[in-house]
Amino acid sequence: MRRSLKLAAAVLSGSLGIASLAACGAKSTDNNSTSAGAGSSTFKVGMAYDIGGRGDQSFNDSAARGLDQAKNELGATINEAEAKSGESEGDKEQRLKSLVTSGFNPIIAVGFVYQDAVNKVAKDNPNVKFAIIDSSSADQPENVTSLTFSEEQGSYLAGVAAANKSKAKHVGFIGGVQSELIKKFEAGYTAGAKSVDPNVQVEVTYLTTPPDFTGFADPGKGKQAAQGQLDKGADVIYSAAGSSGSGAIEAVAAAGKWAIGVDSDQAKQPALDKYKDHILTSMVKNVDTAVFTYVKSVKDGSALTGVKNFDLKEGGVSLATTGGYIDDIKAKLDAATQQITSGATKVPTAP
Amino acid sequence: MTSPNPPAAPAAKRSLRERIDLERIGLALAAPVLAVLLSLLIAGGLLAASGRDPFDAFSIMWNYGTASDGQVAVLNKATVYYLAAAAAAFGFRMNLFNIGIEGQYKLAMMFAAFVGGQVDLPAFLQIPLLLIVAMCVGGLWASIAGLLKVYRGVSEVISTIMLNAIATAVIGVLLVPGIFAPRTSGTTNSIQTEKISDSSHFFAIETQGGTLWGFVVIAVLVGVVFQFTLNRTRFGFDLRATGRSESAASASGVNVKRMVITSIVVSGALAGLVGLPELMQNTPYFGQNVQTGLGFIGISVALLGRNTPVGIAFSALLFAFLDASGAQLPTRGDYPSEIIPVIQGTIVICVVVAYELVRRYGLKRQQQKVGAELAAQAAAAAQKEVAA
Repeated sequence: MRRSLKLAAAVLSGSLGIASLAACGAKSTDNNSTSAGAGSSTFKVGMAYDIGGRGDQSFNDSAARGLDQAKNELGATINEAEAKSGESEGDKEQRLKSLVTSGFNPIIAVGFVYQDAVNKVAKDNPNVKFAIIDSSSADQPENVTSLTFSEEQGSYLAGVAAANKSKAKHVGFIGGVQSELIKKFEAGYTAGAKSVDPNVQVEVTYLTTPPDFTGFADPGKGKQAAQGQLDKGADVIYSAAGSSGSGAIEAVAAAGKWAIGVDSDQAKQPALDKYKDHILTSMVKNVDTAVFTYVKSVKDGSALTGVKNFDLKEGGVSLATTGGYIDDIKAKLDAATQQITSGATKVPTAP
Repeated sequence: MTSPNPPAAPAAKRSLRERIDLERIGLALAAPVLAVLLSLLIAGGLLAASGRDPFDAFSIMWNYGTASDGQVAVLNKATVYYLAAAAAAFGFRMNLFNIGIEGQYKLAMMFAAFVGGQVDLPAFLQIPLLLIVAMCVGGLWASIAGLLKVYRGVSEVISTIMLNAIATAVIGVLLVPGIFAPRTSGTTNSIQTEKISDSSHFFAIETQGGTLWGFVVIAVLVGVVFQFTLNRTRFGFDLRATGRSESAASASGVNVKRMVITSIVVSGALAGLVGLPELMQNTPYFGQNVQTGLGFIGISVALLGRNTPVGIAFSALLFAFLDASGAQLPTRGDYPSEIIPVIQGTIVICVVVAYELVRRYGLKRQQQKVGAELAAQAAAAAQKEVAA
C-alpha cells in the first residue's frame, strides 16, 4: 500500500513536471502564425456553429447559407466548426482561438451560448472582428457585433396563420429549450393566435430546460412532444426547436395535420421534402441575410458595429409562402404585418 | 494483493527491486493499453472508411497535445474529470453506483455561485466557504438517495438517476430572474447568477501556454486523501469490506446502514467540487450554459482507472487529451469531432473486456507457477526419500 502512496506522489510530481513543460514549450499555434500573416491578403471568414451545426435544417443551416453566399459572391475562404452538447466554456474559447490563429477574420459565432467566449477571445484579439448571432451583452468589446432578430414579430404572424387554419381552434407550440430566446417565440405565437380568436387554446411544450441544451438537437423528443399535443387535439403545431423540430414535423405530417417550421424555410429543406405538403409555412429568421450583410460590411471596410437588430420591417423575420398554403389568408397576415411595422401592435417578448 | 506462496522474508527487508513486481505491473497496464490501441484502430478504420487520412488526424491531435497551450487545456480539463471520477470511484469501491454526480455537481455549483455573489469575505475565508457550501450541497443532495436506500430499499441507481432530472428542474426553478439570478441579466437571451466576488477567485498559474488552474492542487489532494482514507483507516477498511460482501461486513460488526449513508454523502460531497474549477477560475457565475455531462464522463474515467486514485489520474489525463485535442480536428483539417466520442466509447467497452481477459490470463499464469513450484517440491521430497 505504501507503494500506491509513492505512486501518487510520482503522479503529483509528474503532473507538475508537465505543467513546467507547458510553461516553456512551444504553443500549438506558433508555426501557424506565420501562415496566417502570409495569407492575410485573402478574405477568410470563420464560423462557429451552435449545437446541431450545418445540417440541422433550421437555425444553423440558415447561418450556413449566409456563409456560402459570402463564399460565392465575395470570394471568401471559409472554415467552420460546431459545438457539441455538454462542452465547457473552455472548449468554446479554444474553438474561436483556433479560428483566430488560423487567420480567420471576421469570425461569426452562431448562438447566444458563445457570448462569454466571444467576449474573452475578442478582448485578447482586438484586431479580429467578431459577430455573435442572437445575443448581446453590456460589456462586450468594440470588435464584437451583435446580430439579433425580432423573433416575436415573426412568431406573431405564425400564430395568426395557425389560428386561422386551425379547425379545432386548438394550436400547439414546441420549444427546444426553455430559454429566454425561445420564450420570445412562444410569447409572439400565443399573442398572434389569441389576436385572431381569444378562445384559441394553445398547448406549450418545452423539450428540455437549461442547462440541458439537448432539446435543440433531438428529433426523437420533438416527435414525442408533437404526438402528445396531437393527442390532446391540437391541429397546427409550431416548433421552435432547432433540429428537434424535424421530429415534430414528421409526427404532425403522419397525423395529417399542419406543422409550422422555424428559422429556415423548412418546406424547401431537402431532408424534410417528404413532409412538405404538411408544412403550412415557416417562421423564417433570415440569419443568412444578417450573416451576409455583416460579412459584406466587413469586406467593404465599413463593418457593422454594436447591436444590429433585424425586425419584421427590415425583413429580418418573415413567413415563408412555399406551397401556397397561406395564400388564402394573405390579407389577414398583411394586416397584422402592417399593424406591427406601424407600431400599432406591440408584440410581447415574454410569455 | 494476497499471494499464495508466503514471502520468504519480511516485507520491509526486501529490496526495492523485489518489491516492484514487474509482472503484476505489466498485467495491470496490459488491459488499458490494449483497450486504447484497439479503440484507435477502430477510430482509424472509421476515418479511413469515410475517405480521410487517420494518421493526419492523429498527428493533429498529437501536435496539439504536445504544444504548451494544449497541455494547459488538457490539465485543466483533467482536473475537472479527476474530481468527477474520484466521486464516482468512492461509491464504486463500496459497491454503490452513484449515477447522480451529474445533478449533484450542477446543484452544488449553482449554490456556490449564489453564495459567492452574495458574500464578500477575505479570500482565505471566502474560498473555504465556497468549497464547504459546494460540498455540503452535493452531499445533502446525495444523502436523499442514501436515506432512500437504507430505509426504503430503493436502489441508488434508480434514485440517483431520478434525482438528476429533479436537480435540473430545481435549477430551472431557482435560476429565474429575481431568485438566484439578478432581475436584469448581463446578456440578452441567457440567464446567470451574479458574478462571484473577486476574493472568490482561486489562484492560477500563468504559463506560456495560458492559465493553468490552481485547482489541480485540490484534485491531487483529493487523490491523496482518497488513497489514505481507503487503505490506512478503519473507515476505509469497513468501506472496502462492505463493498466486497455486505453480509460478511455486518457479521464482523460493521454498521452497514451507516456506511451506505456516509459513503454516498462523501461521494456527493466530492461531486460538489466538480463544478468549482470552472466557477472559481474561468466563468465567475453559474449560467444556463454550464457544462453538462461531467458526471457521466466521471463514471467512464473511474471505470477506466479501476477506481484507484492513481489509475484515475491517468485515465482523466487520457480523456482530457482526447476531448481537448479532438476539438481541434474540425478547424485544422476536415475531420469530424464525433470521432472522439467513438474513441472514448470503444475504450470503455474494450477496457472492461480487456480487464477480464487479462485477469484470466493472470490467474492461469499464477496457477501454472504454483503448479510448477509444487511439482518441484514434490520432486525434491522424492529425491530426499530416495537419498534416505
